[in-house]
Amino acid sequence: MVQLTLPKNSQVKKGKAWPKPEGAKNTRAFKVYRYDPDTGENPRWDTYEVDMDRCGPMVLDALFFIKNEIDSTLAFRRSCREGICGSCSMNIGGRNTIACTAAIDDYKGSVTISPLPHQPVIKDLVPDLTNFYAQLTSIKPFLQTTTPTPQGEWRQSIEDREKLDGLYECILCASCSTACPSYWWNSDKYLGPAALLQAYRWIADSRDEATGERLDDLEDPFKLYRCHTILNCTNVCPKGLNPAKAIGHIKELLVERQG
Amino acid sequence: MGDFRTPLARVRGLGSAKSGTGHFIAQRVSAIALVVLMPLFLVMLAKHAGSGYEAAAAFVGSPLGAILTLLAMTAALYHMRLGLQVVVEDYIYKPGTKAALLILNTFVAAGLWIAVLYSVLALAR
Repeated sequence: MVQLTLPKNSQVKKGKAWPKPEGAKNTRAFKVYRYDPDTGENPRWDTYEVDMDRCGPMVLDALFFIKNEIDSTLAFRRSCREGICGSCSMNIGGRNTIACTAAIDDYKGSVTISPLPHQPVIKDLVPDLTNFYAQLTSIKPFLQTTTPTPQGEWRQSIEDREKLDGLYECILCASCSTACPSYWWNSDKYLGPAALLQAYRWIADSRDEATGERLDDLEDPFKLYRCHTILNCTNVCPKGLNPAKAIGHIKELLVERQG
Repeated sequence: MGDFRTPLARVRGLGSAKSGTGHFIAQRVSAIALVVLMPLFLVMLAKHAGSGYEAAAAFVGSPLGAILTLLAMTAALYHMRLGLQVVVEDYIYKPGTKAALLILNTFVAAGLWIAVLYSVLALAR
């Protein structure tokens, strides 16, 4: 549903400015979105001063510094710290990305960090992605075949395998879907760029035997056609993938099968 | 009453409508028509700007003027009807309001089209 302003209980208030770490000479300010479901208070912006002489180069390193040295109550998701798990996706400096591959030096002034936009917030920088994951499940992200499984592997030519490049690398961080206005307004029905990129990854797979059924399931004014190709998805993808192009290919195939 | 459906049940909802491609094609085909027709139509309008009612009416009533006007306005109104439908679907969430606006959109586009048709035919010789 279109909501151009935040509901009253979600409006972000001015928070606490935490003191500089003792003896720190070279600091950077981080303005971080805080929300604690237990207090029932509105979210707030807390500002932390991170000692850059004792902190790694990435935004995730700064979050670790804050959590370890300043305020252990800060909640955020992270796992691999090298851009392969997709856990630490958040909005940094007004742009969705993953904190572990975002260099602090690429931001000017104080760095603003908030959770992925337009998702329910569980705590601080942790959004509720239940709907996002259910959408991925709904496109059946696995090989579907009717032919009995061969003795060896399902064979695929080198050319056909290459068609999956730029599709299989998605780490499901949800940066793209939560950057898409169509997804903000209609995520109950629109599958969003991430799920559609994965849908195309299986449509494009020469080994899959359910291409037609997959296209049937996507051919819908909302599930697929809410994409109006504004390319926010492609613009933010921290892995440099192009979900908009994949969606374009799905639309092409739907036109092609009309005759 | 709470919603105890699983997230997957909610996402699957009523399933795929198995349509939308026709709309997608129609929007693009009418766009192609407009790329050709609109410049011609606008040049024609500009040419007759300030030429007075009689001369302008005579041109719109001529075979070339009538056919060009009807083609351009038909493509434009059809394209507008398709485009506004998408806008309503994007931004209007309330089911009743949405249905009412979608119907209104069709009626207004059809009404305007009939008005254009009538006006041009009335001038046609």
